[in-house]
Amino acid sequence: MEEAIVTGLAYAGAGLACTGMGGAAVGVGHVVGNYLSGALRNPSAAAGQTATMFIGIAFAEALGIFSFLVALLLMFAV
Amino acid sequence: MDQFLVKPLFGDGPINWYTPTNVTLWMFLTIVVITLLLVVATRGRAVVPSRSQSIAELAYGFVYKMVEDVAGKDGVKYFPYIMTLFMFIVVANFLGLLPTAFTTTSHLAVTGVMAVGVFLTVTILGFVLHGAGFLNLFWISAAPLPLRPILALIEVISYFVRPVSHSIRLMGNMMAGHAVIKVFAAFAPLILISGIGIVVTPLSILAITAIYALETLVAFIQAYVFTILTCVYLKDALHPHH
Repeated sequence: MEEAIVTGLAYAGAGLACTGMGGAAVGVGHVVGNYLSGALRNPSAAAGQTATMFIGIAFAEALGIFSFLVALLLMFAV
Repeated sequence: MDQFLVKPLFGDGPINWYTPTNVTLWMFLTIVVITLLLVVATRGRAVVPSRSQSIAELAYGFVYKMVEDVAGKDGVKYFPYIMTLFMFIVVANFLGLLPTAFTTTSHLAVTGVMAVGVFLTVTILGFVLHGAGFLNLFWISAAPLPLRPILALIEVISYFVRPVSHSIRLMGNMMAGHAVIKVFAAFAPLILISGIGIVVTPLSILAITAIYALETLVAFIQAYVFTILTCVYLKDALHPHH
């Protein structure tokens, strides 16, 4: 009976943990949107900053992946 | 989720450190592909390169330019290490996209070792090159003096989180992509239930194709991001003044 409660709550927690990925998506969109608006104003300077954009995307997306990791931990390691 | 399980190749026995597993096989195949691409294709050393030779030259030039741009002229000494990391991750990611393949970089054991290796290399390099001056990395001279201890504490914590985020980023991306493909693939055989199946199966096949294309892009981008973050950490170790 206790087992069932713990497993059920773990799955509910895993579902809640996935809401963290919404913030990550907003963050990535923010970075790319700012890059696009800058690139449309100054196209010749845009090519030099694509590397910075990719680094920004990686940092923003990493936190969404951390929340996915919490969901996986709750589902398979609790 | 059993696409991520480590299984022994021969028989069903216990997995010791010397047991050949599917991880071993796919890492070996990664090395074979890298050797074929970089060594065998460039054996002719033609001035007008053949197709495979020009792919090898493009990969070399791409990583060389990245290291030179981000880590500077004195970072080029460490180019072999960074090229090894990049080629291993990109070929392992792409090989994992083949049907029934195993993605070695979707395991925290593999990406964790690479990330901890980068962290230890960069930290030891910083202390060897600059001695105690390496700690200037955490002392931000552009901030007002009362604020500096707090900032230093935050900088130290974020420095130690680097290997964690470095490894989990690659592992999470690979595992998530393949898990999504598996989920959509579970919906594909529903055409056998001829009620809702007629609608669901074509949609799920379209979804699998779209996610597969995204995963191909993500495989390359994650290798690029791992490598360029390694170059950024290397630059921090070589020039630790803020």
